[in-house]
Amino acid sequence: MINILEATETVKMITQENLDVRTITMGISLLDCITSDLAQLNENIYSKITTCAKDLVKVGNEIEREYGIPVVNKRISVTPIGLVGASACRTPEDFVSIAQTLDRAAKEVGVNFLGGFSAVVSKGMTPAEENLIRAIPRALASTDFVCSSVNVGSTKTGIDMDAIRLLGEIILETARLTKEQDSLGCAKLVVFCNAPDDNPFMAGAFHGVTEGDTVINVGVSGPGVVKTALESVRGENFEVLCETIKKTAFKVTRVGQLVAQEASRRLGVPFGIIDLSLAPTPAIGDSVADILCEIGLEYAGAPGTTAALALLNDQVKKGGVMASSYVGGLSGAFIPVSEDQGMIDAVEAGALHLEKLEAMTCVCSVGLDMIAIPGDTKASSISGIIADEMAIGMVNQKTTAVRLIPVIGKGVGESVEFGGLLGHAPIMPVNRFSCEDFIRRQGRIPAPIHSFKN
Amino acid sequence: MKRVIITVVGKDAVGIIAKVCTYLAQNQVNILDISQTIVGGYFNMMMVTDPAKSTKETGEIADELDAMGKSMGLSIRVMGEDIFNAMHRI
Repeated sequence: MINILEATETVKMITQENLDVRTITMGISLLDCITSDLAQLNENIYSKITTCAKDLVKVGNEIEREYGIPVVNKRISVTPIGLVGASACRTPEDFVSIAQTLDRAAKEVGVNFLGGFSAVVSKGMTPAEENLIRAIPRALASTDFVCSSVNVGSTKTGIDMDAIRLLGEIILETARLTKEQDSLGCAKLVVFCNAPDDNPFMAGAFHGVTEGDTVINVGVSGPGVVKTALESVRGENFEVLCETIKKTAFKVTRVGQLVAQEASRRLGVPFGIIDLSLAPTPAIGDSVADILCEIGLEYAGAPGTTAALALLNDQVKKGGVMASSYVGGLSGAFIPVSEDQGMIDAVEAGALHLEKLEAMTCVCSVGLDMIAIPGDTKASSISGIIADEMAIGMVNQKTTAVRLIPVIGKGVGESVEFGGLLGHAPIMPVNRFSCEDFIRRQGRIPAPIHSFKN
Repeated sequence: MKRVIITVVGKDAVGIIAKVCTYLAQNQVNILDISQTIVGGYFNMMMVTDPAKSTKETGEIADELDAMGKSMGLSIRVMGEDIFNAMHRI
């Protein structure tokens, strides 16, 4: 039987160290909604989502109350709309109507985000997918809960530079259309390389075509728990440090596994994967950067940061893998800037720059995330940053992503407040030299060689 | 049987156990095991309980005990036993 020390440890993790289940995300395939009639398609999508997910929020809340563990978000991911809308949508405006349908469905079932207004164009864009990408600014400006993502490259296919060129402009346009809210629309748009089909985290979640009809994916989180565990091994050697992270990640992930199985059983929907991520929030004590500091850095961004993050990311995976029967999604340490108070502090102290963040993304679970940049940044520079990040993912066979927010009307030295889980962000300077001629080239970067690994 | 673990943490005072036990008895929640310790003047208690006969749902019991705890300056948490087993037992 559980003893009092174990019980107290678990309670402390939840009440004092922000342990929570970050999201229960239901993946829903919309492939069977496809028809060439737009009105009918919208109706099919609305009815499928509101039928499949009608009990999602209720079940999430029940689990929260019965087990006493916060289940922070209940969300939905759907098949990339670039595929679903291909035969019915002739113009970007047609795709905007689907985004609005998704938003209505999300509101009807009570989820707080719905991902999948997406296109997977790692080798090339179909006319429909290009229309979807062109629809993104209006789609995000005219909806509240819809999230969008575009996969522009993979290790197997190379990088679609035409899509990246277009996305530089699309990100700026999204920023302009949502400038009244500090360009918040860009917080709902992610550009990926090697995007996973089963990621439960927003804004990049979509229900890939390799998935079944419906699935439950769960994302856990607990940076505060890891930080507290590490406080007890200050000054110890790397072996002790790594073992402590692994044990903590194991415990955190086991909670996610339990919640996922329970949600799957109650909803009658198959369990997909646990995403064993360290996902920070702006709450004090819920920071990945604070873990890096506890490992021994003055600020995230100091020399040694990449090594410390690599170690952290790897140990989280090693500890978490055994705790769950299926692991997937992004799994690892997230390093968003605006959503992590320790990262914000590091930027404000001058310890952390875009270039160092880029280096960190080589070893973290995703990429350049929630970074506010000046609103007058050129589209080609944004495309250049995306291309760099995609190249890191392509060559290293990992998922990388870019979620930049060019804040219209603001520059370096100012900051933006997004509120809630999205936090606030100081605006970071972007390298001012041009890459315009590089971005103007058409076509794609070939897939990398898979031998001669040096 | 879905067992529920109740933990009580806070400054020690007279009658904490009595008050919690009275509430559980009134609500037909059976106590299977109690362990208790005092660390640095702080009262720590864990109860393993069986709420099968209770007419109230676990969430409702959690809310009422939470309110009772607050009135005595204590933190009382009610959580399904599975979560502890998941975390601490392979």
